[in-house]
Amino acid sequence: MTESFTIAPVIDVAQVTQDSRPSEREVVFDIHDLTVSYGRVTAISGVDLQIHRNVITAIIGPSGCGKSTFIRCLNRMNDLVPGARIEGQILYQGSDLYASGVDPVEIRRRIGMVFQKANPFPKSIYDNVAWGPRVLGMRKELDERVEKALRSAALWDEVKDRLKKNALSLSGGQQQRLCIARAIAVEPEVLLLDEPASALDPIATSAIEDLMHQLKREYTLVIVTHNMQQAARVADLTAFFSLEVDETRRSGVLVEYDATSKIFTNPSDKRTEDYVTGRFG
Amino acid sequence: MSAVPTTSPLQARRRLRGRLGDLSLHGLTLAAALACLVLVGAIAWKIVALAGPSFDRFGLGFVTARAWDPVKHVFGALPFIYGTAVSSLVALVIATPLAIAIGLYLSELAPRGVRGIVGSLVELLAAIPSVVLGLWGILVLGPFLAHHVEPWLHSTLGFIPLFGDPQQTGQGLFTAAVILTIMIVPIVASISRELFLGVPSDLEEGALALGATRWEMVRGVILPATRSGIAAAVILGLGRAVGEAIAVTQVIGGGTRIGWSLFPPADTLASKIASSYQGAGSGIETSSLLYLAAILLVLGLIANLIAQVIVRRFDPLRGTRE
Repeated sequence: MTESFTIAPVIDVAQVTQDSRPSEREVVFDIHDLTVSYGRVTAISGVDLQIHRNVITAIIGPSGCGKSTFIRCLNRMNDLVPGARIEGQILYQGSDLYASGVDPVEIRRRIGMVFQKANPFPKSIYDNVAWGPRVLGMRKELDERVEKALRSAALWDEVKDRLKKNALSLSGGQQQRLCIARAIAVEPEVLLLDEPASALDPIATSAIEDLMHQLKREYTLVIVTHNMQQAARVADLTAFFSLEVDETRRSGVLVEYDATSKIFTNPSDKRTEDYVTGRFG
Repeated sequence: MSAVPTTSPLQARRRLRGRLGDLSLHGLTLAAALACLVLVGAIAWKIVALAGPSFDRFGLGFVTARAWDPVKHVFGALPFIYGTAVSSLVALVIATPLAIAIGLYLSELAPRGVRGIVGSLVELLAAIPSVVLGLWGILVLGPFLAHHVEPWLHSTLGFIPLFGDPQQTGQGLFTAAVILTIMIVPIVASISRELFLGVPSDLEEGALALGATRWEMVRGVILPATRSGIAAAVILGLGRAVGEAIAVTQVIGGGTRIGWSLFPPADTLASKIASSYQGAGSGIETSSLLYLAAILLVLGLIANLIAQVIVRRFDPLRGTRE
């Protein structure tokens, strides 16, 4: 039954991003027939998707459609969930993420993640950003590295005079940008963002969105969001997930994946249209 | 949206019975809480009063005096303060890393099935009556330490004055310290497990998502976030060790020696009181034993207060929980 959802047309990334450099078309994640279940419950089934370098890919869809499950497969965070089973294949730059002998710790070092709820460590602002580099042994020029990460996260000017203050004294939006700074301080290749702005006010949200546009130049970004306007504002490509229910089971499926403008103005699938026009979800 | 007129008056209808329940609930709980306060006060007052004659005779110098001679009526607390301090500290030094390791294993590493089983076994250890533990100390642990552990420590680490000549009997400070270790470990381990479980899982995920290994996550996030709670748990364990009488009395041997080696017999404040009170010959000896009790009481209260202050003032996780 997954056949009917398979997305045949190859997306011309160069056209979408108005950039014709060949490297921009590189596929970072190549996902084949991905099915994830927790115990007996299937979260997503039969997902085929390609994620491209230096592009922002948004994952949208109603609650419970498996958006978070999907993104957490990309850096093997689901390994931590007891009973999680992953089938199918995820190729990261050509190599299988779930092959035996692949170290999830190394994957997570190269594929960073920012979570729905800002989760700074109960330490100083500086120590939060320096934590990853210290653990990974990147101790050379730590001050510069911390400053660069905070600048990239558009937080430097707000915190440069109080780096020794506890990170929990920051506002919610600042904490989330600190978490982004912490993630990019270890220089990952990809940044996964799981509803990074869902707990933030509109001003903080817009700061995060501006930041994503800047980060796109250096990183490949994947963002899960339940906020369609946010996807429309930040993403180059958008994947719409939906919850498919039949008599025996319910699971998340990928309905449509295309250029963001096409998803929001001229979707090919009826379900996508219902969702983006607000008739459902 | 006009207001709906109420047909029944708003005055209480279940006047008597309802109010009676409220009142008696309030009164009973208040009385129970006050009873604790009164009891602590009464005990402290009585002990201080009975220690009075000894305090009048020896003053504060009692605390630093080394002699305990019922024949000459000369008494001092120093040997017992030394015994208490050494046995408790050695017990803490052994118990703390062990208990933290058990707590970490049970909260972070153990497979789900194992957690429950090992967790209840650890708590079962705390349920062994101390007099039974003391018997086991006399029959098994003491001889084992005396014939195997102490000679080995002496021959390999004998250059450290702590590890002097082994004892023949197995009765001594070191045996008492090991018995205390067994009593403290379950307490500190179960508190640490709760503390580690209380670290928000999004902090752990945040660390792992940066490419940290489990050990780096534990060392860099979990332990720093729980250090004040662990310190408080250790001090609670210390309180337990300082106050334990029966099991210590059974294995410590008795004596007033003060020296470097951990192995010879000694006494703690608690074991001295437990072993000598029944046979105390003179009023001044009894009073001096109560003076020891007063010192013990103060030490226990201080340990408890420190633990409470640490928990309230220095919790690094303050603000991360909803």
